[in-house]
Amino acid sequence: MSTSVNAPLELYPLHLGRYDESRDVTGRMRAGWRDLLTRLQNMAPKALNQRLAWIDHSLQENGVIFRPHGETESHPWLLDPLPLILSSKEWGVLAQAVAQRARLFDAILADLYGPQRLLTQGLLPPALIFGQHGFLWPCFGLRPVAGVFLHRYAVDLVRSPDGRWWAIADHTQSPVGLGYALENRLLVSRVFSEAFRELQVQRLAGFFREMQQSMATWAPVEPGEQPFAVMLTNGPSDPTYFEQAYLARYLGYPLVEGQDLTVRAETVFLKTLNGLKRVHTIARRVPDENCDPLELRSESLSGIPGLLTALRAQRVMVANVPGSGVLESTALMGFLPAIATSLLGEPLKLPSVATWWCGEAPALDYVCKHLDSLVLKPAYPGQDFPTTFGPALGETERARLLERIAAQPHAYVAQELITPSLAPVFDRRNKGRLEPWQVGLRLFAIATPQGYRVMPGGLTRVGPIERLPLIPMRRGGATKDTWVLTEGMVESLTLIKNRLGPVDLVRSGKNLSSRVVENLFWFGRYCERMDVAARLLRLMLLRVVDVDEVHDHEIESLARIGVELEILAPTQADRPLLQRMLDTLFGLEEENGVLRSIQNVLRTAGQMRERFSADHWHSLNRLQRSLQVRRDDLSDVLEGLDRVVMLSASIAGYSFDNMTRDPGWHFLVIGRRLERLTHLCRTLARILDDPDSGRLGGLDWLLELTDSLITYRSRYSRQAEWLPLLDLILFDATNPHAMAFQVRSIGRYLSVLDAEVPLGPEVGETALPNLERIAARILAFDPMRLIALDRESAVALRTELEALLQAAYALSDALSRKFFSHIEAHGHQTLGI
Amino acid sequence: MVRYRVEHTTRYEYGGSVILSQQLAHPSPRAWPWQETLNACWQLEPEPSWRHRGFDAFDNPVEWFAYYLPHTELHVHLSLDVAVHAHRPPCLEGGIDVHTLRERLSYHGTQPLPEDVVAQRYAFESPHIRIKRELAAYAAECCPPDVPVALAAAALMHKIHEEFTFDPTATTVSTPVMEVLAQKRGVCQDFAHLMIACLRSLGIPARYMSGYLLTQPPPGQPRLVGADATHAWVAVYAPGVCDHDWIEFDPTNDLLPDTEHIAMAYGRDFSDVSPLRGIILGGGDHRPHVAVTVTPWSDFSEEGPDISG
Repeated sequence: MSTSVNAPLELYPLHLGRYDESRDVTGRMRAGWRDLLTRLQNMAPKALNQRLAWIDHSLQENGVIFRPHGETESHPWLLDPLPLILSSKEWGVLAQAVAQRARLFDAILADLYGPQRLLTQGLLPPALIFGQHGFLWPCFGLRPVAGVFLHRYAVDLVRSPDGRWWAIADHTQSPVGLGYALENRLLVSRVFSEAFRELQVQRLAGFFREMQQSMATWAPVEPGEQPFAVMLTNGPSDPTYFEQAYLARYLGYPLVEGQDLTVRAETVFLKTLNGLKRVHTIARRVPDENCDPLELRSESLSGIPGLLTALRAQRVMVANVPGSGVLESTALMGFLPAIATSLLGEPLKLPSVATWWCGEAPALDYVCKHLDSLVLKPAYPGQDFPTTFGPALGETERARLLERIAAQPHAYVAQELITPSLAPVFDRRNKGRLEPWQVGLRLFAIATPQGYRVMPGGLTRVGPIERLPLIPMRRGGATKDTWVLTEGMVESLTLIKNRLGPVDLVRSGKNLSSRVVENLFWFGRYCERMDVAARLLRLMLLRVVDVDEVHDHEIESLARIGVELEILAPTQADRPLLQRMLDTLFGLEEENGVLRSIQNVLRTAGQMRERFSADHWHSLNRLQRSLQVRRDDLSDVLEGLDRVVMLSASIAGYSFDNMTRDPGWHFLVIGRRLERLTHLCRTLARILDDPDSGRLGGLDWLLELTDSLITYRSRYSRQAEWLPLLDLILFDATNPHAMAFQVRSIGRYLSVLDAEVPLGPEVGETALPNLERIAARILAFDPMRLIALDRESAVALRTELEALLQAAYALSDALSRKFFSHIEAHGHQTLGI
Repeated sequence: MVRYRVEHTTRYEYGGSVILSQQLAHPSPRAWPWQETLNACWQLEPEPSWRHRGFDAFDNPVEWFAYYLPHTELHVHLSLDVAVHAHRPPCLEGGIDVHTLRERLSYHGTQPLPEDVVAQRYAFESPHIRIKRELAAYAAECCPPDVPVALAAAALMHKIHEEFTFDPTATTVSTPVMEVLAQKRGVCQDFAHLMIACLRSLGIPARYMSGYLLTQPPPGQPRLVGADATHAWVAVYAPGVCDHDWIEFDPTNDLLPDTEHIAMAYGRDFSDVSPLRGIILGGGDHRPHVAVTVTPWSDFSEEGPDISG
């Protein structure tokens, strides 16, 4: 589905009783909108079409996905190209109000985790705080670095018909959306680049620079230390992992998981290839209660045991401080005006939607009488109660709900329903038309030493009018870029380095975590495995399509290799070979099957997504779709395999052409070489075991499998024979598919690595010399014996190849023991009674 | 007043080498109006890589310690001398009734009593405590609105003691309270959790108390249940009863603790006061061997036990 237009844009009639973002009540277009829409109307439909299609294409290519809370499926991120435009005057007021609200929440956190005067003065009901699982008692009394509890804050706003903005939800734990807002901006500003410049839209990069600077300024460094920040993620299973990887790359912070960090004597360290490196600042995207399994929620072992001791000692800064989620309760909203007066001595500038906490008798009374015009929410986040719309309730549901509220009034909160404003959205069905969708706006603030700063932009979410509940992130909703106009000069700056030209896959070797290195090693191995599997199946299928006697024999030889390499299921009486091939191709049963290998490549890549450039990621994304073919159409299947082989080459190309040669890269390449070496050993050992191989129809298929046919032909212009063939794929160190080449590369890369990260005795003095010694024996094999390759010679060579294979496995194990995770990633809980 | 020597040993012999271990312990009793700590000797073996003393959110003394080098065992030994004064309230009548307490604790937008705010820390759900209609229903007959809170709690304690069976095989440290209610079996920790959950479901604040019991009772008295391990009981918020705000109840033994209970710490539930909790990397099998003995000084020689170490 793509957005496109055939005719000049057509605006919808104004809706009575709704604020329209683009036009005032007289139908006159508001500042900024006029310029943008006129420009679009004057644009040739074809040109506009192209730009709109480019957005959809880019989102898909960049793999921008989103998984709504509580759902298992990811959805593509939908971006409506028309931005929401806010005037500089309106923005000034709004930004101040959001900054004040952030300041207020920071002060509330400091009070709740300290003197709790808000409770003793009666400004907040203790039930609303102590009743929440989100109030973390182990954090009570904690004084964070610089006294800042709330580093990042986001608020969801809607605009009522009279044009005022109202806060409907606050995000104080680890707000989601900054990365998505950035991605939206990059695409929309590129599509409408002329209008973007002309309208003097405020840039976002300054906001992120301030975020980096604040984190660096406050970092609790010791004299001589450089501040070091990381972004803490739950890993690829997190619904917003895309955004986390995106932001980490944008800010230049390593993306780490709990098991990558360790606490030693109140100090947090990252486990890197070069040992422990001190971490001063953690931008966290894991939930409050998962931060420290020692003191918080011990069922979740994914956090960092001891983190709270480092926080108490002010040896690390965590943004936001664990326990900040307690403020996400909707029920707090009604108490904010009085708290603002008490804590800040100022009236609250950004009003919340009218809110009634049912724990108060008069509020309960009101809610029971006016249920039909209210929306009901849980007072405690995480409570088992869905947002419920009063107007949508039937008679019995209504009665049941009232009963439920009466049983535990303090667990419920009601809010006024606001009719949100409308903004034009490209109609995805009737091309060329704009339709009005409801608008929700998420704004973001960060703490800086100069006070809270609000990002001049935001994440605008839109949804169709007919859906009463405004939940546009779900299926059917979309997002928009948010343009804040300015009257002065626009600051132009970008932190993004990866849009133009070739870029590095790994940006810095110094802070490589052991986990990333392990992933790179396996990424290298899986890429090779995928390549071999795809090649083998392609060779077989080509011969199935083009039937002749020689081919039949070759298919059998290839099938034996396939089974040996665990690419193909073993022979089964009731399953014809073609069926086995197709099952293998599209199924996951074989350890090294094509689809399985593709998934392994994508999985390992996904674990270190922040390390891949956009272009590199495009290839990986295409890989995911490469086998979406009609299974009953062999030519379609073959095309799919062609795509896999091509993408495999392009991914390898990126790795070799665009990656800095840091230790991580060396592990990737060593992984790839080791994998190729094992395939070669297994393949040849299998063939040598089978005296019939090569008798009928020759060994051309083996040359094809090892991608050495062209070289062979150019050298010998005749059918494959044992001696020249073995010379090419075993002894020729210039052939990147030869055994000699693999062993030599492995030795060379390991010795380069040794200079930066010492290999240690197991790798350097045992495993590697052993591999090289066996390879040298093979290289010294008497060529005369290879000419006819009698039985005895074949067995002798096979034995050596099998020894080489074991040596390769041993080297891989030794590397993994030395450099990767040494023991299980997560700890166990122990309890003494 | 009675003086005791408590010996509490926890011994881990790990199935494999532990390469990293982070621990949190309650190494000595908090200050109680009725109990003095004469000596608290807390020993760790091997010596940890790092250790730090402090207080938890509820003001109980805690010690954080950690091992950064491989080790195969951990011995924790607490040797404690305390003097416990009689403090059982002479009567449970009087004091605030259930309805008035609930009314006093509900929010009216006015300034509450400071002690009521503190009491409400123990009035809601916590990791081991649920607030459920079933729990409120179980306790309802014991706690009519017009009955004094302390009497209501005593009735609930009797009911639990009457209807539940002490059975160390029925539960583990993490058995949910709703399961305890359903199977009507458990140990002191379960009964304490259940009583607390019932009271909180009715809006009455209640604390989890942890400590020890006299191992061998004086001649002629029965041995108390749960004496060979750490013990758990309950303190209920009942302002106005004989100068006490919090009254202790031991549902496992159906009595009001006096001089045979040695108190260590209190919190919302077991998770706040567990004697020793940790996260280890490696280690294989890691079930601890725990031994507790509580001996009155009168069993030692005239001068009392050697308290030099």
